[in-house]
Amino acid sequence: MPHVKCLQCRECKSEYPIEPLNACEFCFGPLEVSYDYDAVAKSVSRKSIESGPNTMWRYHDFLPVEKESAVDISTGFTPLIHAKNLGRQLGLDHLYIKNDSVNPTFSFKDRPVSVTTTKALEFEFEVLACVSTGNLMGSVAAHGAKAGMETMVFYPADLEQGKIQGAAVYGPTMVAVEGTYDQANRFCSELADAHSWAFVNINMRPYYAEGSKTLGYEVAEQLGWKAPDHCVVPGASGELHTKIWKGLEEFQGAGLIDKAKTKMHLAQAEGCAPIVEAFESGNTQVKPVRPRTIAKSLAIGNPAAGPYSLEVLRDTGGTGVFAYENSIIDGIRLLAETEGIFTETAGGVVISSLKRLVKQGKIKKDEVTVAFVTGNGLKTLEAMGDFVAPIETKPDLDTFQTKLSNRRD
Amino acid sequence: MVTKRVKFTFPQELIKEPVIYKLGVDFGIVTNIRRADIRDDMGWVVLELEGESGVVDDGLKWVISTGVRVDPIAGDIIEG
Ligand SMILES: Cc1ncc(COP(=O)(O)O)c(C=O)c1O
Ligand SMILES: [Zn+2]
Repeated sequence: MPHVKCLQCRECKSEYPIEPLNACEFCFGPLEVSYDYDAVAKSVSRKSIESGPNTMWRYHDFLPVEKESAVDISTGFTPLIHAKNLGRQLGLDHLYIKNDSVNPTFSFKDRPVSVTTTKALEFEFEVLACVSTGNLMGSVAAHGAKAGMETMVFYPADLEQGKIQGAAVYGPTMVAVEGTYDQANRFCSELADAHSWAFVNINMRPYYAEGSKTLGYEVAEQLGWKAPDHCVVPGASGELHTKIWKGLEEFQGAGLIDKAKTKMHLAQAEGCAPIVEAFESGNTQVKPVRPRTIAKSLAIGNPAAGPYSLEVLRDTGGTGVFAYENSIIDGIRLLAETEGIFTETAGGVVISSLKRLVKQGKIKKDEVTVAFVTGNGLKTLEAMGDFVAPIETKPDLDTFQTKLSNRRD
Repeated sequence: MVTKRVKFTFPQELIKEPVIYKLGVDFGIVTNIRRADIRDDMGWVVLELEGESGVVDDGLKWVISTGVRVDPIAGDIIEG
């Protein structure tokens, strides 16, 4: 961890040692890892990164942990696909899909969780814990298993089976909390005070958040060491959106890419779009909402990084955009039918929002655009509804031929 | 005695209500404001509460009943 200086408050800039802390003692603002960027710049080059492993750990110089001890289940360096078919439909010549749904536990959460688990071992925690609506807990359970830690995952009792089984298989202690996700959250923040556990998204939060920067690095490297003109990023807490931008800025600061002029667009679902609403009404504050969306992974009504995400939108000339609820499944199917990629509802929000951005003239035909697909469709099958209408046939050629020509008419 | 770190989010119609003052006077809770941002149409206050444990919980229940949103600071949670 040679390049880490301290933890620093995002609000009052007070500094703290590298410890499992998430809030400033003075103003209770969130803490963030601060680096010695001169040292980073001296130790990295395009070459040194290119000769690293084909995982997110090729960027370890920008991460707040010792690389030797990395808890790695082979996360990252996921495909960046030139989406020619979808691009043609939308009228974009240089549309790319960053397909982060192919990570080991099928979402981008493996990036932050890999960093956090590594850090939790450095701090000599014995228990890894999180509160989750699904993607996060699968990732925490898998990394806990790999690290040989006792693992506890807390979730609202009414969660989808796919997400519950997808986490339980790694052998954590599963804790189904009665009530809503919000109530599970509150309960866990009390638990975090009462136990000395590494709570991935509570006391370990500053380290957790850093992992998502690697998405920004990867996209720039995969584009041939260039920042794109546009990023379209799904938003719940807004953290991912700010961290992809932080990644691009750090690459620029280290001299790995030219100045990033990327417009960082944020996509939320109509039924839970507090950051987009603040953006549209010109506020610097985010008004909490009660989520009512099929995009459950994006259903955070009171986004912790909301104000910072708004800053990124304004600083980069990005647009906050929401996807209509009834267009989210269309977005999922459009991506599947054009590019062969099956994403979850968060990806449906991104594709549908991308469509709106193009229609609004915010993205031009010849501009390099990256849409972030951050979770896998097999996890949210319930959301797809009943859309399968197979040809039902006897195993008989004539019957089949008749039915097939009826279908094709 | 317990201390709790919380964030109150006020909807427009409650911005002028002396909620924090009443926590002190009616419940005997010591309040210590650390950060705040109040606008015409909404506002939030980040503060620490100190008092007997049951009393702090009762006070927070009352705050919620007025329509003010209460979030824990440690629970400044990111999710997925
Ligand atoms: C698949 C997926 N995409 C995007 C997000 C948004 O991340 P953030 O909370 O950092 O905005 C989440 C979870 O929160 C998620 O599960
Ligand atoms: Zn501070």
